[in-house]
Amino acid sequence: MAQVELTRHLFKFFPQLEGQRLEVEATTIAEVIAGLEKLAPGFAFYICDELGRLRTHVNIFIEEERIADRHRLSDPIGPKARVFILQALSGG
Amino acid sequence: MDTKILVGTRKGSFCVEKADGTWRPRLAGHLGQGVNFLCREPASGTWWAALGHGHWGAKLSRSKDEGHTWQDAPQIKYPEGAKYLAPPMPDESGDAPGPVITRPATLLKLWMIAFGAPGQIHVGTIPGGLFSSHDGGESFSLNRPLWNHESRGGDLFSGTGTGKTDWFGTPAADGEFAPGIHSIVVDPRDPKRILVAVSTAGVLETTDGGQTWRGKNRGLLNDYLPNPAAEWGHDPHYVEQSLGQPEHLWQQNHAGVFYSSNGGEQWARVSQPENGVHFGFPIAVDAKDGRTAWVVPGKADSERTTVGGGLFVARTTDGGQHWQPLRKGLPQEHAYDVVYRHALSNHGDFLAFGSTTGNLYVSEDRGDSWQSVAHNLPPIYSVRFG
Repeated sequence: MAQVELTRHLFKFFPQLEGQRLEVEATTIAEVIAGLEKLAPGFAFYICDELGRLRTHVNIFIEEERIADRHRLSDPIGPKARVFILQALSGG
Repeated sequence: MDTKILVGTRKGSFCVEKADGTWRPRLAGHLGQGVNFLCREPASGTWWAALGHGHWGAKLSRSKDEGHTWQDAPQIKYPEGAKYLAPPMPDESGDAPGPVITRPATLLKLWMIAFGAPGQIHVGTIPGGLFSSHDGGESFSLNRPLWNHESRGGDLFSGTGTGKTDWFGTPAADGEFAPGIHSIVVDPRDPKRILVAVSTAGVLETTDGGQTWRGKNRGLLNDYLPNPAAEWGHDPHYVEQSLGQPEHLWQQNHAGVFYSSNGGEQWARVSQPENGVHFGFPIAVDAKDGRTAWVVPGKADSERTTVGGGLFVARTTDGGQHWQPLRKGLPQEHAYDVVYRHALSNHGDFLAFGSTTGNLYVSEDRGDSWQSVAHNLPPIYSVRFG
């Protein structure tokens, strides 16, 4: 089970996720997003575009490593990995 | 209907109402979020907002209680296989990618919302898709005949198209350079007749509910083309009709103000640069008299701010032969308000417009006099009576 932590900004749109321990059965980041979409319909389109690519100003980390595959979200995750979904600080 | 003014801004939705003789704004949701367009659906009373989240993408939002609570609407998404032709961008490889490149379409911006018959909702987007709902907004689909229009490069869903596009881009695409549909004009007599305006391409019309489209650009002049009267390549900033006389169409174009008294079959440039009426973004048309229109002029495209630091609205009542500057109540010095294309609106004798400096101005006498009813709003993107 991956343990997912979200930026608090996302709770504004998906209050049902706030204050929960978010654990998702997943072996890749794509599966994490799919799992969160089940918990909160509409979530995936906030994180990814129509093509399933990570939005430009969104970052996902596995532990402290930024994911490498922003197009297909194929980065593998271990059984107890912590996954962070955050807005990118894009400068300014 | 109480007169409400719905204001979409860079940092939220606002509603301005008159109470005890005073116009008062209230925050009506989406605090901190970009609201490109905010309007009321006449048939249902639902408020619709076209949001532009900086990080999370473009989202459609709706409220059934006049902005007290909002929910995400079913979202607009480009279908699988949607592609468009775009000018090649310089890249670091040094390899010339060819005259045009094919790009996959993803939603960059929700720009404008319009309503047809009850239950029909149309949304203009960047990169140049018209999405329509026929079930009150429960689902939206891309209008493929317009997307596949020959002017755009043909059908890229099923083939390679023509390899040539007459649709170029707008910097309003938030970091990208892609075409955008910012004007959707539905004929109130016949909701199957719809005009759309594209930056940068021109005006297109359907008379069969979106199955076929044709250009309506005769008479437009683009001074930035080798042939100013070319069929395509025009930059309408905003197109509007007279609700009571829909054959009377107006457009504030990058290259002047244009008027058509025959449904867009022929446009005539009616701006008067010598009187300061030429460049601008929005335009409003009287619902009863199609010869009457209002613009908020800016000083040339090289400056894009007020003429001489004084803000004014110009009104014509004779199809653009004469323009009257209306300045009473508007700041006449040190004012550099810029008014975006969706930020001027009218309803009966009322007019309202908002600026990127967060000022909202209202007239109750067809523009003869104005009052500033809010001074410190976020940059204003849209103003609509609701």
